[in-house]
Amino acid sequence: MEKIKSLDDLKRIKDSVKSKMDLREKSNNPEETVQIKVAMATCGIAAGAKEIMTFMIKTLDKDGIPAIVTQTGCMGYCYAEPTIEVSKPGEEPIVFGGVDAARAKDIIDKYIKGNELVDGIIPVNYNTIEEK
Amino acid sequence: MKDLSMHILDIIQNSVRANASYVELQIIENKGEDSYSITIKDNGDGMDEDMLAKVSDPFFTTRTTRKVGLGLPLLKQNAERTGGHMKISSVLGEGTKTEAVFSHSNIDRPSLGDISGTIMILVGANPDMKLVYRHKTDSGIYEFNTDEVKDILDGVPINDAEILEYLKQMIKENLKNIKIE
Repeated sequence: MEKIKSLDDLKRIKDSVKSKMDLREKSNNPEETVQIKVAMATCGIAAGAKEIMTFMIKTLDKDGIPAIVTQTGCMGYCYAEPTIEVSKPGEEPIVFGGVDAARAKDIIDKYIKGNELVDGIIPVNYNTIEEK
Repeated sequence: MKDLSMHILDIIQNSVRANASYVELQIIENKGEDSYSITIKDNGDGMDEDMLAKVSDPFFTTRTTRKVGLGLPLLKQNAERTGGHMKISSVLGEGTKTEAVFSHSNIDRPSLGDISGTIMILVGANPDMKLVYRHKTDSGIYEFNTDEVKDILDGVPINDAEILEYLKQMIKENLKNIKIE
């Protein structure tokens, strides 16, 4: 049965991942990880946030950038979905809106790797409905 | 929502926000009875009768960032469009169960979509949560259980990108094996 084969294969992958991680731990600091939160409420999901999250997980891993990608609920920017909040270590979190795959790549290449701000930033002090 | 896997991602998000540590997703395809049922059970905070009654109203939400909550009403509409129904039961302090039943053959039933991707995202974003996904068709049953996976991983984090990608492929292949729709 396929499942039996798959679990054995998982063991092999586990060993390769373990050695990759040990290598990483020796050279990196937990304080240096970038935190990325992808808004994943109904509006986000309908706008394609799932694909963006998958893309970020894959690309950050491929480029060897220590990062934690998680999902949050609605941040209130439903008109600009998909939105992501990027927190670089030691810096204020920035929220980007209208994130498609191209912009996600830009954010990784320009903002995370370099320090260049990318189009589509949503100002943090945006008034939500409740605050009017 | 484009397909059922997006609804599932959305509803399980509700469970995550309700502080669930265990979510069970069960999909049962029964062509003989022309039914396609999706059940999501969690052990989160649950709801009292008052909230339970309001929850299918699109103008009710527990969020403070906006005034509408569309997840459940959209799912209910989709189920009812195919002649099915959605039922929610909940006990405060114990958890909630959402069941959506669709007519299998109805053209208005959205396709399942990328369920393996959805599971991958849920596991990746909530590595400490126990997730069980069981899918039953007329050809067989497949169960994905994060506890089993973690046993094999023996300490390696389940939300590593390579592992997640592998799990996604594994789920996809196994589902193809039982001929899901």
